[in-house]
Amino acid sequence: MARKPVPGVLASFTQVDAATEAITGLKARGFRDLTVYTAAPNHEIEDALKEPVSWVRLFTLIGGLTGVTAGFAMTIWMSRDWPLLVGGKPIAAIPPYVVIAFELTILYGALSTCAGMLILSLAKSLKGRPYHPRFSDDRIGIFVPCAPEQTGAVRSLLTQAGSEEVTVHGA
Amino acid sequence: MTALAHEPHRPTQTHAEVTRDILGTLKTPSRGYYLALFGAVAMFLVGLFTFTMLLKEGLGLAGYTPPVMWSVYITTFVFWIGIGHAGTLISAILFLFRSPWRTAVYRSTEAMTVFAVMTAALFPIIHIGRQWIFYWLLPYPNARFLWPNFKSPLLWDVFAITTYFTVSTTFLIVGLIPDVAAIRDKVSGWRHTIYKLAALGWTGANSQWRHYTRGYLYLAALATPLVLSVHSVVSWDFAMSIIPGWHGTIFAPYFVAGAIYSGIGMVLTLLIPLRKVLHLEHMITDYHFDNLGKLTLLTGSILFYAYAMEYFVAWYSGNIFEQTTFWRRAFGPMWWAGWSMIICNAFVSQLLWFRKIRTNLTSLFIISLFINLGMWFERFVIIASSLSNDYDPYAWSNPAITWADWGILIGSFGWFLMYFLLFARTFPVVAIQEIKEMIPYPRKHTGGH
Repeated sequence: MARKPVPGVLASFTQVDAATEAITGLKARGFRDLTVYTAAPNHEIEDALKEPVSWVRLFTLIGGLTGVTAGFAMTIWMSRDWPLLVGGKPIAAIPPYVVIAFELTILYGALSTCAGMLILSLAKSLKGRPYHPRFSDDRIGIFVPCAPEQTGAVRSLLTQAGSEEVTVHGA
Repeated sequence: MTALAHEPHRPTQTHAEVTRDILGTLKTPSRGYYLALFGAVAMFLVGLFTFTMLLKEGLGLAGYTPPVMWSVYITTFVFWIGIGHAGTLISAILFLFRSPWRTAVYRSTEAMTVFAVMTAALFPIIHIGRQWIFYWLLPYPNARFLWPNFKSPLLWDVFAITTYFTVSTTFLIVGLIPDVAAIRDKVSGWRHTIYKLAALGWTGANSQWRHYTRGYLYLAALATPLVLSVHSVVSWDFAMSIIPGWHGTIFAPYFVAGAIYSGIGMVLTLLIPLRKVLHLEHMITDYHFDNLGKLTLLTGSILFYAYAMEYFVAWYSGNIFEQTTFWRRAFGPMWWAGWSMIICNAFVSQLLWFRKIRTNLTSLFIISLFINLGMWFERFVIIASSLSNDYDPYAWSNPAITWADWGILIGSFGWFLMYFLLFARTFPVVAIQEIKEMIPYPRKHTGGH
């Protein structure tokens, strides 16, 4: 079932400095919940948005630590569960188990990173926000959620910054 | 123009042109493509038939005779695992080193990695015999509640290969998501529906890029030590034993360098015709091939050193068994394999000191074929020739290579090429998103950022 459209203004830009100017202006006027669409990550836009660093790293860390623990726990426990003395080596020999623990660190770390990317990206719902296929091609899109009485001011700010097209949504 | 001359890695197209050109590669393919795909499927069927016969008759069909119980199958397993390494080097390690030339070639090499590991993963199963109980390798207790032996390098290999396959597939899929979304926005009908599902709701919003770019960085950081570990673990399958010719501390770095060398050889073999067929000459340029050539030269020179060092250590050790093994490698009954390996890898790679050769695609393609051949022989020499002369001369015997060995070898190439061709037809072989990242957007005010 389609989500109710979020009211606001959608602008399309061809020039990156025009888009960053618009973002800076909107943030100065208190519009914080902007959605900026680009075909590739862009440092100028990241700088203008001033977003905090992603928490994906926490998922990577927890995944990696879980992996190393699981690797050592599994190998040591399984060796001790049915102790067989082979070649005079200790029942639970740590050096060979480092290989298994290392591989599981990477495996769990990578899968957890992917889960983190997915969960964090889905945490902010974009449903109801307008999107245009041109944004995956060569245009920069900025959607500003705002009340109907603010659309005039937002629209003129975006146009002055250099937007090539501005449309009002969900009014 | 002057700026571009100093930045040969930077594409000269606009964002829209990049989308158009790369999506153009997904249009109805030529007759040549179908012919290549037909050939690959036919080769795969040869392998499938051979495998069926192996199931029915057992491994004796492949000429397994003591003392050479590891022969063509394990050789081909190591060969395909090695092929994968160049893909991860280019996609993850060069990403961390911020090496911009990787952008145009990394997608195809990453796909090559996944398909090469998929191919390699078949071989332990083909080789073990009684293939229907392959799952005994997994860590669960048998009927007597015994667990697997984690001290065995073969079990390390199971973990290394499984992790490598999972992580490299994940890395490829994550990298594809923005590009799949770009295709979704350009196609219609049933293709739109499929790409829409595969794009997982990607819109390129800042809230998505923020987590995506960080996550991709960490995936690259995890894949980097992984790629170095995987072939080290594969080398320990041999080096942990006491077979003369295997028991060397040099094996891990020697195998990693060889793996990257062989992988770049395969990259060149695939990329040179692919670029022509898909008309990507303006994206994958002489500059990229020059860099791939330099990487080949570097890894080929490391191999040259490793080969020399192996022979030197055998002589210097004073160990008669090591000395005999290496003498027989060069002058024994398998001299042809020993010299093929040295000529194709150590000597042919040295031609790449010349820039004219590195930028001449015909010569580069021929060299790449020599690399593929040489690296297969390298593994064959290490594995089969070392096993053929153990400690006691009365037990010496040469490997018996049968049609079942060739059948599976041909089938593995078919299996690999089939997936690669289907991938090239379905997904962009050049990363749209990363190419666009290198192209600056137009500005209303000229001057720096």
